[in-house]
Amino acid sequence: MATEIQETNVKSPEKIQPTMEVQHISKRFPGVVALDDVSLQFFPGEIHAIVGENGAGKSTLMKIMSGAYIPDSGTIHLSGEKLSFSHPQEAQLNGISIIYQEFNLLPERTVAHNIFLGREPSRFGALDVRQMNAQAREVLKEIGVEKMISPTVLASSLSVAEQQLVEIAKAISFKAKVLIMDEPTAALTYTEVNLLDDLIHRLKQRGMAIIFISHRLIEVFNIADKITVLKDGKFIKTVDKKEVTPADVVYLMVGRALDHYFPPLGSSEDFGAVALKIKNASNEFIKGVNFELRKGEVLGIAGLQGSGRTELAQALFGVAPFRSGSMELHGKAIAIKNPVKAIKKKMGFVTEDRKSEGIAPRQPIRDNMLLTVRAILNLVGINYKDGIRKSRKLVPMLGKQVDIRTDSFDREAQFLSGGNQQKVVLAKWLASDADVFIFDEPTRGIDVESKASIHDMIRELTKRGIAVLMISSELPEIIGMSDRILVMADRKVAGELPAKSSEQEIMLMATGHSTGTQKTTVPAGKD
Amino acid sequence: MTTAPVSENGFRRILNSIHIPPVYFFLVLVFLGGGFLDQVYADGQIFKNPAIMLNIVVRSVALGIVAVGQSLVIIGASIDLSVAYTISITAVMSSYLMQGKTANVPMTIVGVFGIGLVIGLANGLTITKLRVNPFIATLGISLIIKGIINASFSNYTGSVPQSFEFFGYGTLGPLPVSILILLLIVLGGWFVLSRTKFGSHLYGVGGNSEVARLSGVRTDRVLIGAHIICSMTAVLAGLFLVSQMRSGAPWVGPNGVYDLNSIATTVIGGTALAGGKGGVWGTLGGVLIFGVLETVFNQLGVNPYLKTVLQGAIIVIAVASYTLRSKKEAA
Repeated sequence: MATEIQETNVKSPEKIQPTMEVQHISKRFPGVVALDDVSLQFFPGEIHAIVGENGAGKSTLMKIMSGAYIPDSGTIHLSGEKLSFSHPQEAQLNGISIIYQEFNLLPERTVAHNIFLGREPSRFGALDVRQMNAQAREVLKEIGVEKMISPTVLASSLSVAEQQLVEIAKAISFKAKVLIMDEPTAALTYTEVNLLDDLIHRLKQRGMAIIFISHRLIEVFNIADKITVLKDGKFIKTVDKKEVTPADVVYLMVGRALDHYFPPLGSSEDFGAVALKIKNASNEFIKGVNFELRKGEVLGIAGLQGSGRTELAQALFGVAPFRSGSMELHGKAIAIKNPVKAIKKKMGFVTEDRKSEGIAPRQPIRDNMLLTVRAILNLVGINYKDGIRKSRKLVPMLGKQVDIRTDSFDREAQFLSGGNQQKVVLAKWLASDADVFIFDEPTRGIDVESKASIHDMIRELTKRGIAVLMISSELPEIIGMSDRILVMADRKVAGELPAKSSEQEIMLMATGHSTGTQKTTVPAGKD
Repeated sequence: MTTAPVSENGFRRILNSIHIPPVYFFLVLVFLGGGFLDQVYADGQIFKNPAIMLNIVVRSVALGIVAVGQSLVIIGASIDLSVAYTISITAVMSSYLMQGKTANVPMTIVGVFGIGLVIGLANGLTITKLRVNPFIATLGISLIIKGIINASFSNYTGSVPQSFEFFGYGTLGPLPVSILILLLIVLGGWFVLSRTKFGSHLYGVGGNSEVARLSGVRTDRVLIGAHIICSMTAVLAGLFLVSQMRSGAPWVGPNGVYDLNSIATTVIGGTALAGGKGGVWGTLGGVLIFGVLETVFNQLGVNPYLKTVLQGAIIVIAVASYTLRSKKEAA
């Protein structure tokens, strides 16, 4: 390992001093070694991507660099000076800014209050709100979004993408020398990612050292200069982007080549009878939806953010039910007015927001898996530790089916990685015997390997005759998984595309530049 | 082009600044409803006699003062259940220390605020450093104070000098001093919350403590500060009560249900129990609603137990209406 570090040192221009340097950093958490003797250098004007699977130690390293965690051993140098941080404030004052993976805004405070939280401008001890708003406007202008976002609006009134931009504005406002971004694009749409890329390049021109973590290798290759791979808390290698291919990096990350990301699509003999049929259904969020979903197929739902994808899933599952139109489940007309009914009718919904809608983080894995089964059992009765009567093996069986890696099912779900948590959610629905599955962003924020295994599992479901509706904002996922693709735009179904359509075809339809050529499901004359 | 957003912001700022907490709508409703019932079933004093209106406010002063402090800790996503006994210990200690002598007043005031400081510090440190749930922490501290009071005092002890009654009964021009004090405290609370860094940080800590910490806010200090302020307001309320009663008794705090009432009025005022949202103007509205109800019930001669039932019902209705309203806005 030491030789590899030297190798990268040789490649870097010798005279330039690294803006930031970490040496021999180790950090242990109860039961896990999160980081094991990691040393890295970050240079001014360089975009340095850190990649690795979930649990590789990326986020821990970032938190140590930003003062949120204190390392067990190792040193941090900033512009050659040795520093140690005991509070995030100290890192900020030294010019290290970080944008975390989870959104870190206070919904009930204004944009300006959020940007300057912890260092509000004041005059004679009193908060100078006018000055603060003016400065916030300056910062927003710096990243070119001052027309989009006003400093005086509440953060809760902004879209996800706008909130992300506010976070970036906040990070930049520290006059940062080092900007760390943890999955900055996970929640952004295509155009917004482009905006961010521009921004990152401008910051690079200014000589900022930029460090970013991403699961999207395409993105890493688009913008990074250097790529460092971490695995199981250990430094593997730092490579120059120009000298490697994405396949090389994946190999370094997982320790083996992933020759295909997606399982093969279904074939015509897999597809059975119509499981779900929606005719002209509308509610306050989506209008005139028509489609059929067959047993054994994956119907991909593509569309831009705000096109009504998630609203469709919520309407189907009874969260915000349809007000008009008809719905048929296995040939029988049905109205699903609430999620309980949906669960009883054997529908499963793997939601977009895993943290708040998918798992109960402080409950053991076991109870998470049994949540839906118990929900539809009689209220009065005995809860068996292993689930339902006569089925003591249910939890281990489910665990095996979804391949959860844990030493005990009594461990709290919050200690699992994102990928494993998603598997718990999946198990929950398998337990209720669901035969129509709705997936909303099934692999958002999940590492490459877990992604592949979740994709395999989705395909496995269809082999058992389960009908799958899969919403995703990642076009490769839509294309790689879908037997048919439904594109949504402007809260309607814009059209339908066959399997293996290109990204371009989907984007054109999603942005309203073309309508379905196959079997247009848009009701005529409605616009 | 560039001036357009600015003027829009200016307009919005004005709109924001005259934004009235919805609790005042309830206040007017309760006042008109109560006044109407008073006209029909009693002597109609509420609408006719301005002194009664003033009395409504005077009645609310002690609760109002402590509710401002309570609002601060609740905005910080904490809670203080020890205010009632803090009021009690202030009341007994101040009359005990003053012993009816004006000369003892300054020393006594320093002493009781010292006690408040210790209580606030104990609450804050237990919550932040020992990481005890605020509910349990302040309940525990409250029991400790209760034990100390009960072991040392069993009845009215000592008295306050005549001069000290100025605080409770005096007037400055046409206005009672007590109302001015309440206004001053509410203004102070508003200033701290919306015009100081401390207030800004407190909203941050209450909204999401981890976000605040990662933004560089010293979250522990902020929360300890809020608890100290809260205990100080309780001390002030205790001093006010003792100046009205001339002598302190150990039961003044719990008898006035200052702990639960201060929480209820804060929540009626629109401050979220989960923290991060709200303000003292709303709390003042909540306190005045309690004052109006009290007066109306007295006028009508309502059975005191029924009074409590109605008070409870009004709390629930008010808070439920906010939640329903904000749900509607979201949809």
